[in-house]
Amino acid sequence: MNLIIGIILFLSLAVVFLLFRSTEILSVAKKKMATSFEDSNNSFNAISGVVFMFLSFAVIFWYSYDQFENYFLPMASKHAPEVELLFWVTMAVTFTVFIITQVVMFYFGYRYRYKKERKAYFYPENHKLEIVWTVIPAIVLVGLIGWGLVKWNNIMGPPPKDAEVIEIMGYQFAWASRYPGPDNELGDANYKLIDVDNIVGIDFTDSSSLDDFMPREIHIPKGKPVLFKIKARDVIHSVYLPYMRSQMNAVPGMPTQMWFIPTKTTAEMREETGNENFNFEIVCNKICGRAHFSMKHTVIVEEEWEYIKWKNEQKSWIEKNPDYYANFIKNNSIDVAVLND
Amino acid sequence: MEITKTSTKPIVQEHDHHDDHHEQSFITKYIFSEDHKMIAKQFLITGIFWAIVGGAMSSLFRIQLGFPDMDLTALSPIIGNWLTPQGKIDPEVYLALITMHGTIMVFFVLTAGLSGTFSNFLIPLQIGARDMASGFMNMLSYWFFFLSSIVMFVSIFVEGGPASGGWTIYPPLSALPQAVSGSGMGMTLWLVSMALFIVSALLGSLNYITTVINLRTEGMTFFRMPLTIWAFLVTAILGVLSFPVLLSAALLLIMDRSFGTSFYLSDIYIAGEALSNQGGSAILFQHLFWFLGHPEVYIVILPSLGITSEIIATCSRKPIFGYRAMVYSIFGIGVLSFVVWAHHMFISGMNPFLGSVFTILTLIIAVPSAVKAFNYIATLWRGNIVFTPAMLFSIGLVSFFISGGLTGLFLGNSVVDINLHDTYFVVAHFHIVMGSASFFGLFAGVYHWFPKMFGRMMNRTLGYFHFWVTFIGAYLVFFPLHYIGIAGFPRRYYSFTNFETGRIESFIDLNTFVSFAAIITFVAQFVFLFNFFYSMYRGRKAPKNPWNSNTIEWTTPREPGHGNWPGAIPKVERWPYDYSKPGSDKDYIPQHIPLSKTPESNMPEDSSR
Repeated sequence: MNLIIGIILFLSLAVVFLLFRSTEILSVAKKKMATSFEDSNNSFNAISGVVFMFLSFAVIFWYSYDQFENYFLPMASKHAPEVELLFWVTMAVTFTVFIITQVVMFYFGYRYRYKKERKAYFYPENHKLEIVWTVIPAIVLVGLIGWGLVKWNNIMGPPPKDAEVIEIMGYQFAWASRYPGPDNELGDANYKLIDVDNIVGIDFTDSSSLDDFMPREIHIPKGKPVLFKIKARDVIHSVYLPYMRSQMNAVPGMPTQMWFIPTKTTAEMREETGNENFNFEIVCNKICGRAHFSMKHTVIVEEEWEYIKWKNEQKSWIEKNPDYYANFIKNNSIDVAVLND
Repeated sequence: MEITKTSTKPIVQEHDHHDDHHEQSFITKYIFSEDHKMIAKQFLITGIFWAIVGGAMSSLFRIQLGFPDMDLTALSPIIGNWLTPQGKIDPEVYLALITMHGTIMVFFVLTAGLSGTFSNFLIPLQIGARDMASGFMNMLSYWFFFLSSIVMFVSIFVEGGPASGGWTIYPPLSALPQAVSGSGMGMTLWLVSMALFIVSALLGSLNYITTVINLRTEGMTFFRMPLTIWAFLVTAILGVLSFPVLLSAALLLIMDRSFGTSFYLSDIYIAGEALSNQGGSAILFQHLFWFLGHPEVYIVILPSLGITSEIIATCSRKPIFGYRAMVYSIFGIGVLSFVVWAHHMFISGMNPFLGSVFTILTLIIAVPSAVKAFNYIATLWRGNIVFTPAMLFSIGLVSFFISGGLTGLFLGNSVVDINLHDTYFVVAHFHIVMGSASFFGLFAGVYHWFPKMFGRMMNRTLGYFHFWVTFIGAYLVFFPLHYIGIAGFPRRYYSFTNFETGRIESFIDLNTFVSFAAIITFVAQFVFLFNFFYSMYRGRKAPKNPWNSNTIEWTTPREPGHGNWPGAIPKVERWPYDYSKPGSDKDYIPQHIPLSKTPESNMPEDSSR
């Protein structure tokens, strides 16, 4: 195998070198100027440009059409279709400009290739034309910006009051999630309390932390707003949910948040994609070290009643770790005493 | 007016005097040279070296992405300890490779290699100066770059490997050696190297600005300068204003790393330990970094656009369409490039209102960019186009500039960016618009000015071969990445085997294809290298003005000596784009030909050009 590759490499090098020497010698023999413009290569290059362009268009159209299902992800949140609409309108605009400009450019290259008898047209400027092609892109851009900003403000704006709040914390190289429990209030946390068991540093001196629970997988209800309160423990990570078209960085020392309304349950997605093992996953999308590529967390979207049922079955963190809690109380007894007053 | 005349005269004489008696030793001529042409060649050769290193790295990580099962044990003599026992690239080495690839390509090749080469080479020759304003500073600029290169090169081989937090080196990842092994010694050397690099960039830029403003020959008014010079001038201004900000960002990072400060660090628990740092902001670094980082991408692309403007006009045998509009759009891009930086940070957690502001500013910058693209195409219209290799690369640049610029409209619109941010779509976008386009400008410049640099011609046929393989290859490598990005595949992933169950299959063939194309394209660059070095010694001797060009560098001798013109510097009498002027029997009238000698082709507008 290596031998074959070696021989192929050697032969292609030899061909290139021969090509090189023969053209050099030929041009010297023909007494052509080193820079002669009357070169048959001129037509070759002009035509190649046009051919390349049409071949590329053909491949782009074919692939974009044929593989659409492959690269276009199903949309599973309420704002996803709105984002996608703007995406595809932008695509229509840019693709049109792309086709027109490339066609015009390569066509000009072919049509106006060098001919000895012709003289180029001295045409240094045309203010009207320049104003036209300054103003038209400007107007189109204003449209795209305006549209984009309206959507941006909706998506990034304050979440609805009834949103399900879930804390998500990224750390090398996994995600942890914490639910507020029956009191609907996340307890305090402090990074100085983090240890092997208490991975997010829950502060149990805060009574609202007592019912917080931390499941292995994130469950969220379909059709209800979900608010992720996002933290990071060590370096920057990014909470990315491609099917929801949602993303937000997790920054150590600076809590961030994102919210969305899921519109498809995991079961529905399994049906739609035909993949029995399908799962929504939070993937990390900010370089964070060695295992960045495998840092993910399963998200299960279910009907609201399933979600409520699931939530009621969850045991709080201290219920699962009674020894840890007892120890914590012992070490922080004064605070707890104050709390109990 | 009288004053300027008398004051320039003695300087000219002094230089002439200088030329006659100056015999240079090998060291002053080739190593510690103060001649701008030699310094330009030094930058070019060093840049080529780095491009090979950076390209080889990309081939390596493309092997990992395209052929994840390949056993690389055969390469172990070269990259031995970068491999896992199974003969695969180690995940941290992968991160180090992408980091170094980015750093090398952006800074060492497309900033130093491009601006360093062509600003140095062309500014004095095209504005009619004997040399740079300060030859000594210019020499220092190269040698700081050289030092910086050595430090960066050494960092590849240190224990723990080179920096591996991405070329954007966001802290805390880059600040904490516990986070990734590349954030140890490798990161320290990265920062030292960049500090030296910034010194080099500043010395160079200040020199370019001073030279353009002060040393233009008689008659070379600002609006008679070729667009190359305009582009180099604005590039240098951008560099002077933005590089110091990167230096300050780097200094604060050094403080955080080594002296226990908390500029960027807060509330961190890592490796079983809660750090004491509190109150810092990781976002602050991103603001500082991108305040350089965004002008930097224009520092990379503007010189290429300048080079292309010159070559497209010359090879279409037509004046560049809308010269003034081109100048204004260079300035427009330059100014706007300082107020768009946060579009790299839409989802960094900064206030969404800032996102709105930066969306507006970002999309405004598309207008001058569009004007430039349209003007290039208008220049081709009814031209008499000569496809020299330089011209082909210039057309390739315009094609890339359009393709890559258009995808910017997606990423610049904050709401669309939510889903595309940090995916392969971004990789496709900037590799086309700033990577490929700038590289094509670099190649175009080398093919076009090689005769002036070395007095010989490069082989055309090899040039055509190089162009077509590279042009098609670059599109084959980068265009498919758009699809992978739209599908939501994150960048900087070592492997996708763990990514969303069932989705790995969807692009495995495409990734293999891209890697294949990338490696072929990289290998094809050796054809260029052969052509470059062979032609330097054995190429056909170049005529004085091989492309029938108007600019005054072609009035110098075939191989210009120290001081560029043996006699007086030519006086500039007209703008540089009098190609195919009606009435004239030749299709070009060089800048030093006075209007009085061309009464048959003079126009009323000529007096204002």
